[in-house]
Amino acid sequence: MAALKKSFQLKSRDFIHAGEASISVQNMLKQIGIESALIRRVAICAYEGEMNAVMHGENGSFRIEVNTDKIILDISDEGPGIEDIAKAMEKGFSTASEEYREMGFGAGMGLPNMETHSDRLDIESEKGQGTRVVMRFSLSPGSRENKTGQSA
Amino acid sequence: MKLSELIDKIDAVVISGDHKLDLDIERIGASDMMSDILAANLGTSSMLLTGLTNVQSIKTAVIAGVEAILFVRNKRPPQAVIDTANSHGIPLLTCPYSMFVTSGRLYAQGFTGLNGLR
Repeated sequence: MAALKKSFQLKSRDFIHAGEASISVQNMLKQIGIESALIRRVAICAYEGEMNAVMHGENGSFRIEVNTDKIILDISDEGPGIEDIAKAMEKGFSTASEEYREMGFGAGMGLPNMETHSDRLDIESEKGQGTRVVMRFSLSPGSRENKTGQSA
Repeated sequence: MKLSELIDKIDAVVISGDHKLDLDIERIGASDMMSDILAANLGTSSMLLTGLTNVQSIKTAVIAGVEAILFVRNKRPPQAVIDTANSHGIPLLTCPYSMFVTSGRLYAQGFTGLNGLR
């Protein structure tokens, strides 16, 4: 099967539409018959990543790739970057604005949630240089419930 | 417990999704922090109890697979948020009690947390 790819542009601080890319990804994975527990993990990571990029970033981009053996989520932005990645990974650590907290986010759980629900999380970031978060999910032969509705 | 029966226990009213009242709810999560809901080890037949009425509460429910949302303290989301919930088939309810009292009343009915524990 050829890799299935989809990409979205994320608009900075557009909280009305934030989350739509993730819901679209969730629907896409349902259509190609990925098992529901894995869809849930990918969707949670996508949503946390999308919200972070919309909140902190400028010119965010969101890409998903489904290969035969893995799903890759690649979310990047040209925002302020993360000064201390180890610190950002700590549960409860947050630099979120009041606006973001009012949306129900910014409790310092986003990156820890992404780490918990993905098989591998890589973060590339430098202060002032933006952030790129890549999450990988292993696809075993049993990860597909059916083969119908696949498209390239 | 069916949503229609749950409504009576907490004097709730239906904001939208009248046709979904025969949904069976077993697990309930109460939070205004959406990451807490996303982090929960969710089963099926679940409901979100929250005071957060913006569109992200609906999207969190969609992503996490939560099937219904109950707003506390008579809160009602704006129409655009109700429309989003309708488009995803998520019924919305509101009840007059605080998060604490609503949770207590529902706990007394035998509901579990999102992870299935009491």
